[in-house]
Amino acid sequence: MHGRIDIRRLAFGYTERDCIFSDINILLEPGQVFCLLGPNGSGKSTLLKCIMQLLIPAAGSVRIDGEALSGLDANDIAGKLGFVPQTLVSAFPFTVAEIVVMGRASQIRMTASPAKKDRDMAMASLEKMGIVHLAHRPCNQLSGGEWQQVLIARALTHSPKVLLLDEPTSHLDIGNQIKILEIVNSLAKDGITIIMASHFPDHAFLTAHQVGILKNGRLLALGNPDDTLCEDVLFDTYGIHIRVLKVEEDINRKICIPVLHPHTRTLVKEVS
Amino acid sequence: MVIFSLGCGRVDISFVQTLKILLSSVFPLTPDWSATTWSVIMDVRLPRIMAGMMVGGALSISGAAFQGVFQNPLVSPHILGVAAGAGFGAALAILLFDNIWLIHLTSFVFGLASVAMAYTLSRVYKMTPVLMLVLSGIVVGSLFSALTSFLKYIADPMNKMPAIVFWLLGSLNHVSFKDILITAPVFIVCISVLLLVRWRINLLAMGDEDARTLGVNTEALKLLIIVSATIATASAVCISGIIGWIGIMIPHIGRLLVGPDHKYLLPVSMVIGAAYLVTVDTIARTALATEIPIGILTAIFGAPVFAFLLRKTQKAG
Repeated sequence: MHGRIDIRRLAFGYTERDCIFSDINILLEPGQVFCLLGPNGSGKSTLLKCIMQLLIPAAGSVRIDGEALSGLDANDIAGKLGFVPQTLVSAFPFTVAEIVVMGRASQIRMTASPAKKDRDMAMASLEKMGIVHLAHRPCNQLSGGEWQQVLIARALTHSPKVLLLDEPTSHLDIGNQIKILEIVNSLAKDGITIIMASHFPDHAFLTAHQVGILKNGRLLALGNPDDTLCEDVLFDTYGIHIRVLKVEEDINRKICIPVLHPHTRTLVKEVS
Repeated sequence: MVIFSLGCGRVDISFVQTLKILLSSVFPLTPDWSATTWSVIMDVRLPRIMAGMMVGGALSISGAAFQGVFQNPLVSPHILGVAAGAGFGAALAILLFDNIWLIHLTSFVFGLASVAMAYTLSRVYKMTPVLMLVLSGIVVGSLFSALTSFLKYIADPMNKMPAIVFWLLGSLNHVSFKDILITAPVFIVCISVLLLVRWRINLLAMGDEDARTLGVNTEALKLLIIVSATIATASAVCISGIIGWIGIMIPHIGRLLVGPDHKYLLPVSMVIGAAYLVTVDTIARTALATEIPIGILTAIFGAPVFAFLLRKTQKAG
């Protein structure tokens, strides 16, 4: 089994002086899910881009199965890591099949076009996501949930060992959110290591083996979700009171319940 | 289309005779035509039509490639200032010398120089963001347009200035066989490069960052495509002057026919562009007693077609 990712002392800043984050350490075994939480603008996306080497880290290293990513060319990185962007807008109405086969780029020669083998792999990826019926749909006619599945399918076509997902559930309704989280869980079962940025602490309870909170340029509270996500930590992160309850019986996990300020609550009642 | 166009013109030559003259270069046919007729077909019309095909094909395929790289279907191959630079080069050469060769050469050189300037200007942190490229292209383009206007202003209004204006309007009038022999290999090389990497343009069309996550060396690929498309465009501009609209319009027609996949879009655009320019040029030289500059016609036909396409895509979306 491969896909052990070891991030050590990673730091990044757009200029020398200001620093978005520093001293980030994450170690994941193959098939583990890491949930990256943090308030808006804390640098979650920037951290994922740094891991992917889209942004060049100011310091520190990212190693996959012992091999450092710095210095590898884009082609080799794509062979190890898959990246699912938060939003992607296509200027042209490519079909889903055309988009998904783009994931094969790193395995296709510079001067070649996708062969039948590549198109078959793209179809297999669509099948895995359960969206074969979308293959010939133009990509500008997809719902948010379908688009997210298409982008995951595309990332899977280059058989990455580690998958980075940047807020895959933002803009999705609760049904689609859970659908994507189930996909994340099943990919992890297949042995893919996953780092997922999310806005919902609940998603950590639903998927993650490890959780980290990025705030003020540091990774706080690194550990397993049950021990790490307590009410004090969540208050420090988001500045609101969040109760964390354990629901027994067949659900058997913790859930987060935001507690509204008494004044806001009465106001809401009066309006309704 | 080509043969039909050969048969059209101020000198009336029958269709059958045209065909015979063409075939006579391959098969030993007994000539039943005058030497003038032969010369009209082979020396005047044929080079012109070949130039039309090359220029139309090159502008269209470059347009399709540029639209992909810039992730914007409204981009033309002149976006980085090729036309403005080449126009200035030609105006300068017309003013200083009066040699058709030097005019072609200087316009080619200045066309490339203006794109090189735009590209250098847009480079920040070893990257060339698309927005910076477009803005630099506009800056360089307006600089050269202003310089061209200045040359027009100081040029002798009796004969140099009209020559500059006519050149800028675009025409396949002064293309000779020699021009074709020199530019054809350039067109072939540039177009082949574009055709070879055409599928990868799809990746760039998704945005630089996204293409990099898929394993594409975006800077190298972008440079290769911009260089090839620019050289092809500059070669087209230097023999034909500035022919607008083709590079924007033809890729759109191509997309209506085969969809947005650049694997099919590039070759299809090239073929349609070649056929379209030969058609328009035939109209340009036959419709009126004096020839109409082709740049005017492509714009007159292009604008309404483009407006119609825009309306249509709006409804579909």
